Amino acid sequence: MSTRERNWWIVAGIGIILYALFPIAWIVSLSFKAPADIANGQFLPTVFTWENYSLILTGDASELFLPALLNSFGICLIATFLSCLLAMFAAYAIARLDFPGKKIILSTALAVAIFPVISIVTPLFNLWRQIGLYDTWPGLIIPYLSLTLPISIWTMSAFFREIPWEMEQAAQVDGATTWQAFRKVIVPLAAPGVFTTAIIAFFLAWNDFVYGISLTSTGAARPVPAALGLFSGASQFEDPTGAIAAAAVVVTIPVIILVLFFQRRIVAGLTNGAVKG
Amino acid sequence: MASIEMRNIVKKYGDGFPAVNDVSLDIADGEFMILVGPSGCGKSTLLRMIVGLEDITSGDMVIGGTRVNDKAPRDRNLSMVFQNYALYPHLSVYENIAFPLRLQNAPDDEVRKRVTEAADVLELHEHLDRKPANLSGGQRQRVAMGRAIVRAADAFLFDEPLSNLDAKLRGQMRTEIARLQRRLGITTVYVTHDQTEAMTLGDRVCVLRKGLIQQVASPRELYEQPVNLFVAGFIGSPPMNFLPATVSGSSLETPFGTIELDERRAKAVEGKELVLVGIRPEYFEDASLVDEAKRPLGSVFTARVDVTEWLGDSQYAYIPYDAPEDVTLQLKELSRELDSDQLRTQAIVSIDATSRIREGREAEFWLDSRKVHVFDPETGDNLTRDADAGAELTRMAAQDRVEQVEQARQKAG
Ligand SMILES: Nc1ncnc2c1ncn2[C@@H]1O[C@H](COP(=O)(O)OP(=O)(O)OP(=O)(O)O)[C@@H](O)[C@H]1O
Ligand SMILES: [Mg+2]
Repeated sequence: MSTRERNWWIVAGIGIILYALFPIAWIVSLSFKAPADIANGQFLPTVFTWENYSLILTGDASELFLPALLNSFGICLIATFLSCLLAMFAAYAIARLDFPGKKIILSTALAVAIFPVISIVTPLFNLWRQIGLYDTWPGLIIPYLSLTLPISIWTMSAFFREIPWEMEQAAQVDGATTWQAFRKVIVPLAAPGVFTTAIIAFFLAWNDFVYGISLTSTGAARPVPAALGLFSGASQFEDPTGAIAAAAVVVTIPVIILVLFFQRRIVAGLTNGAVKG
Repeated sequence: MASIEMRNIVKKYGDGFPAVNDVSLDIADGEFMILVGPSGCGKSTLLRMIVGLEDITSGDMVIGGTRVNDKAPRDRNLSMVFQNYALYPHLSVYENIAFPLRLQNAPDDEVRKRVTEAADVLELHEHLDRKPANLSGGQRQRVAMGRAIVRAADAFLFDEPLSNLDAKLRGQMRTEIARLQRRLGITTVYVTHDQTEAMTLGDRVCVLRKGLIQQVASPRELYEQPVNLFVAGFIGSPPMNFLPATVSGSSLETPFGTIELDERRAKAVEGKELVLVGIRPEYFEDASLVDEAKRPLGSVFTARVDVTEWLGDSQYAYIPYDAPEDVTLQLKELSRELDSDQLRTQAIVSIDATSRIREGREAEFWLDSRKVHVFDPETGDNLTRDADAGAELTRMAAQDRVEQVEQARQKAG
């Protein structure tokens, strides 16, 4: 690469980063503004204040926000776990075995993934109320599986296809049982794929708004994105903008931590040299 | 240690295609057996049936006196080196080699002792802490071997272990494997399609064609007494030349003049009309460089040389000849099956490196007719094969082998 070319890359890269990070920076800055400051039209707050954070974590809004945070974490983690577990079996079969209907499974998964959520939410609302799933954790976990499972199956089977299955045979010749071969060789090789899938699935569930707002009515199951919409200002005449911004920052933090924490694992898994170079 | 016996082994894959067809083969305890054949002839399939990674459709696989058809790979106590080594990328070299021992729950100091021994043999000491991804091809190959020898397996199985290495490293590893096998004296089955590996490593070589065994014999017997056109064409590089010839009494009329046959061979070709004569490149010589004493043992002919190749220590000349249409077709068919690239009807002739024969000129050649073979063009059978002489060659090879192993053991112990 010539110097000129590299400079172009750097400039373009900075441009893209600015474009992507600007809204986030704006929200962070908003979350530190006092209510009177919000419409000041400036990027930086005139006075830094933790007011919004104390509002959502300990103040009036905390009754709405904290249970929602717990719900979001609980529901999303369970949904992610279940969908990874199920997708693992499905992807293993899809990558390893030749069976009739393989194509159908994959295309059905794709069809489910692109099916518009909004069109099934109303029937689901009625159904859930009748069978008692409305406003419960399972009532959200099940639809979240429909969001996360297809994409999990697709990503994981793409990962699993890359695993050199000769490893498993080598392990068997070395004296391993099928289970030992799976646990000692295949699982470590598949782990990066599973982690990546888990992160993607978690984001999908974490970001859902439509199911969250439609299938819940109280703090029993309401997730954060839905709760944000219900925030009210300190007085009736005040917008809750600052509080929403603070809550948005709080819910973004786990996502960032997750990516930073697992990033190295994901990349490391993909660049391992299992076979001859 | 164990012998391996295969009785009428058949393997049919899902589509009913017999990849291995009625193979019966006895591999003696401590023997180095080579499986060769063109691509797709079923070598890997046979090896994978021995180790248990492929179900056997019918027949018996007997290892060390027990039938193992229904045993899982782990219960067969064999070790295998895969073509792409199949090293575990998440484990260090040490743990890779130790893997089979860990599965047996061997105590730590036992593991350390055995891995160190294996690393000694393969000179892997300074790499034990590294990951396979950071090793060179040859080092990875040695790690794979280490994993195979660390355990007291009954037999070693290799599936083209050197095909991913460059030529120089391949030569090194070849001698390494030969040395190791002599030293350990463990039954070995080795799949390759490399001529040199087949000829230099094996005690005996088994030539396969489309799932059928063609011939099992010592390299020397295969070279000098092949059973048919296929084996004759497959073994030897450059390959044997096949010339069309008509029989008249005890002599053959070939494009390169008349070849006189001795009594035994004359009798063997009796009653045939059109035959193929198989002549190895080194049975030819530049006529001007042949000893007067040797001259009468062969015939002399003149031919126009198309191309010469001088390689320093040797020299090859290519001589085109005319052949009847159907013979040409048959030879083309054969060379396609042998994966060889020879398309023209031309003879490859080995002449002395000092020979002054030049391209495009007429030159005089001498042909040693003592060792030529005559093949039936219809069946491909070798009509003049001397079975007793062949068996004698294999017997001698077996004897040499016993001495070598004895020596290697004395040196090691
Ligand atoms: N899983 C399979 N399903 C169906 N046919 C197969 C399968 N594996 C191999 N075959 C067929 O069996 C035959 C023998 O295959 P095999 O892999 O044993 O060949 P090979 O002698 O090892 O060749 P190469 O030198 O190319 O490795 C081939 O014709 C191949 O098409
Ligand atoms: Mg093969």
